[in-house]
Amino acid sequence: MSKRLVSLLLAIAVAIACLPCLTAAVSAAEPVTITVYNWGEYMSDGSDDCIDLIAEFEAAYPGIKVNYVTFDSNESLYSLLVTGGTSIDVIIPSDYMIARLISEDMLLPLDFANIPNYAYVDETLKNPAYDPENLYSVPYAWGVVGIIYNSRYVTVSEEQKKDWSLLWDSDYVGKILMFDNPRDSFAIAELQRAFDYRDDPEKAAGYTVNSTDTAVLEDCAQLLQSQKGLVQNYVMDQIYDKMERCEAWIAPYYLGDWVQMAYVNEDLNFYVPSEAGHNLFDDAMCIPTSCSHKAEAEAFINFCTDPEISSANMEYVGYASPCVGLEEYLEDDLADVIDRADNLETSLTAGQQFLHLPSETNQQMDALWLTVKTAGDDSSFYLILTAVTAAALIVLTVVLKVRKHRRKAHRCAAWKHNA
Amino acid sequence: MKNKSRFLAAPYAVWMLIFTIVPLGIVAFYAFTDAGGSFTLENITSIGSYFPIFLRSIWYSIAAALICLLIGYPVAYYIAQCKPTTQRFLYMLIMLPMCMSFLLRTLAWVALLDDTGIINSLVTHFGLKPLPLTRNPFAVISGMVYNYLPYMIMPLYTVLMKLDRRLIEASQDLGCRPSQTFFRVILPLSVPGIVSGVTMVFVPAVSTFYISQKLGSTSTIMIGDIIESQYKTAYNPNLGAALSLVLMALIFICVGIMNRFTSSDEEEGMMTL
Amino acid sequence: MKKFNKIFTILVFVFLYVPMIVLIVASFNAGKDLAVFNGFTLRNYREFFSDSRLLTLLGNSLVIAVLSSLCATMLGTVAAVGIHNMRGRLRSAIMSVTNIPLTNPEIVTGVSLALLFAFVGTLLRIKSILGFWTLLIAHITFNMPYVILSVMPKLKQMDPNIREAALDLGCTPAQAFFKVVLHEIMPGIISGAIMAFTMSLDDFIISYFVSGGSYTTLPVEIYSYTKKQIDPKVYALFTIMFAAILILMVTMNLLQMRDAKSRRTAVKRRAES
Repeated sequence: MSKRLVSLLLAIAVAIACLPCLTAAVSAAEPVTITVYNWGEYMSDGSDDCIDLIAEFEAAYPGIKVNYVTFDSNESLYSLLVTGGTSIDVIIPSDYMIARLISEDMLLPLDFANIPNYAYVDETLKNPAYDPENLYSVPYAWGVVGIIYNSRYVTVSEEQKKDWSLLWDSDYVGKILMFDNPRDSFAIAELQRAFDYRDDPEKAAGYTVNSTDTAVLEDCAQLLQSQKGLVQNYVMDQIYDKMERCEAWIAPYYLGDWVQMAYVNEDLNFYVPSEAGHNLFDDAMCIPTSCSHKAEAEAFINFCTDPEISSANMEYVGYASPCVGLEEYLEDDLADVIDRADNLETSLTAGQQFLHLPSETNQQMDALWLTVKTAGDDSSFYLILTAVTAAALIVLTVVLKVRKHRRKAHRCAAWKHNA
Repeated sequence: MKNKSRFLAAPYAVWMLIFTIVPLGIVAFYAFTDAGGSFTLENITSIGSYFPIFLRSIWYSIAAALICLLIGYPVAYYIAQCKPTTQRFLYMLIMLPMCMSFLLRTLAWVALLDDTGIINSLVTHFGLKPLPLTRNPFAVISGMVYNYLPYMIMPLYTVLMKLDRRLIEASQDLGCRPSQTFFRVILPLSVPGIVSGVTMVFVPAVSTFYISQKLGSTSTIMIGDIIESQYKTAYNPNLGAALSLVLMALIFICVGIMNRFTSSDEEEGMMTL
Repeated sequence: MKKFNKIFTILVFVFLYVPMIVLIVASFNAGKDLAVFNGFTLRNYREFFSDSRLLTLLGNSLVIAVLSSLCATMLGTVAAVGIHNMRGRLRSAIMSVTNIPLTNPEIVTGVSLALLFAFVGTLLRIKSILGFWTLLIAHITFNMPYVILSVMPKLKQMDPNIREAALDLGCTPAQAFFKVVLHEIMPGIISGAIMAFTMSLDDFIISYFVSGGSYTTLPVEIYSYTKKQIDPKVYALFTIMFAAILILMVTMNLLQMRDAKSRRTAVKRRAES
């Protein structure tokens, strides 16, 4: 290779190595960057004529820049926080995860003097069960879990809309998606089981979304395992792509995400099971202990809680703003799509909320969920394949050795004979 | 002087000690402790239940490596026989995919194979039923083959290019049929390339989690998926560490077995440009 | 047979390139779906160039790739010279350590480094240890073996007498290294550096474990994109990178070809005179 080539490569390398100096020079003027961790598709980003919340915030507070990163489940957020190594200033987890984080001393108490907009938050959302004294969290949004289905391919009878059984409907094998996190999946199984056992109220009473009973969890794991063959994949936000493109037809998911999908694909309908019960969730903004810029983080929380900003944000996200009454949400924000949803109004007023579970239950649920996901019917096939291959390899080696040996012996004999 | 220049390797040795050996020690430490940090064998013993998944991962990767070999060998052979200019050009075309984001390329592969994907839209356009191309073991293996094929062709090409033509001519002069020349001369001489290529396909394939996530179904989960989930979602680094340790041991065994087939020097670099 | 090989090679190239063509076409697609073409547009490119986050991440990736491959090349070359002069047990020990990052599945390397960094972070009370430095260290660690493996064979091929001659002619050992040895092993260094650069630029799995929210690389971000809906501007980025790498490779090829030609004519002229 020539010198010219070397110098060309070196020149490119030096040019690229200079890039950070350039960006550093540009960025020298800005003082503080806060890192915000949020769910995917959960903050208005300026597309489709909605507000660009982060740009608005950075314009309002020129001294603060936002590093916006997304996660896809409460559990992955939790792993990230426990693993450590990253400084995070604002997180937006769900109710039960906030309770867990509080109990494990992983959140900082908020200084509400920096969050005057908290006054606008609806009274019903204040002092929630997950944060009884309301020290750590400011509500971000709330909603329900229901089933999204593609009406072009799937017909749902009124009977089916009573419970979650559509997710176990073998007519749609391979076209059903399921939550890729243990808490939401087990909740659906628990609610469905409670409905299945409705003739035996005593037994059914044990099946709630907050069960800690080992037998209940194992029974639900069984139910989820029976569903596994029908499920196309366990996913979280990939559901957008799969449902909008009709790659999958049925999926349980969160209300606001359906609203976003419903604008893209008009065949996507939504229902909340009317009799089997459902999950009502709150998501709230918190500051984890790894925060490095608390005052700026509180400024961000305050900004998001501003009633005008909040409703503009929720217009994109599709959930109810904590500063807006339910009536207004249903009539204004959901006006376009609400006709396509069943049992929505009633479900928003009542539902089961996730509570913090003891860590043994969490561990057990994680372990059972892993067994559900890893259970396979092909293990014996691979076992036999391995055994056969190993045997074949051994036989082959032995045969080759023997042949070699024999040949050698033969050659020796021939040589002796000749000699 | 000779004695002194040995010490040039010292910084490297220290670096590798801190950033390769020590981290593996930490993994081993995690594997033998529980969340509180006290000694336990529970993580290691619980691995028995993941045995079928280990087997599945290994078989998928073996299949991918063999298919890569079957596809890659003729291609490498063909490239090695071209004119030098053509060789350079074709070699560049093999290198190019390796530089491009494998995440996006896999996504494009998904878009081709999906039920509503490009191939199936063509199929349904002609009034046929959509083919079950995706979300099965074959899809996962095809994804691996697609991603890692260049890693097979490169070392094969390097070996075949260096092959002494005179040996082939000699075997022909001595009366070998073309097939005999191939099996008795060319193939044995390219064993180092084969071993290197198979290793370079097998190792990343067996531990992948992205390919099985995108192309697999609920029943093609691989060991990489589980290890990843133990760190990134279901926070249990101890189980994750135990699984990593076993995976590492299995791979070293597999690679060790493969290396027995070749007596080549340990530092025979298979990569050239 | 040759004809079959040719057709087969063409088919394999089609197999390798069709998914990339799908992505390139998608970058001009007005719709979001990879599988459905909704009309031509340049909007994705416009959006990509106005997306400061993607541009920053691209910059991050390039910076990490360049710095890590430069450091790895320097450290690795020096180490290779050192190892070359080693004998016996120490040498084989260092060579086996070199092989660890190569045969270890990436996920295990990533996990082990992440555990090490988290441990150091809690020890030193650094809140956000995962970022630029951890990425750089991890990339240097997995890049160095590639450099060593491509430099070592060149050192072995080198005629030791050349260096002796330089010393006899009055060079200091350092001069002898820089003026003679370095020149001899340059092709190995360059191919090692390019290998390291490519590996670093497209590395996802290790970066995924050792990067934090404050400083990540492009592949890590693309992975988080693939967990939700992927924005088509990413395809625009892919197309731009494809074009850039293609141009770079073709230029290198042409330069090499011209060199080879001028060398050949020089040899011919010398022979004639």
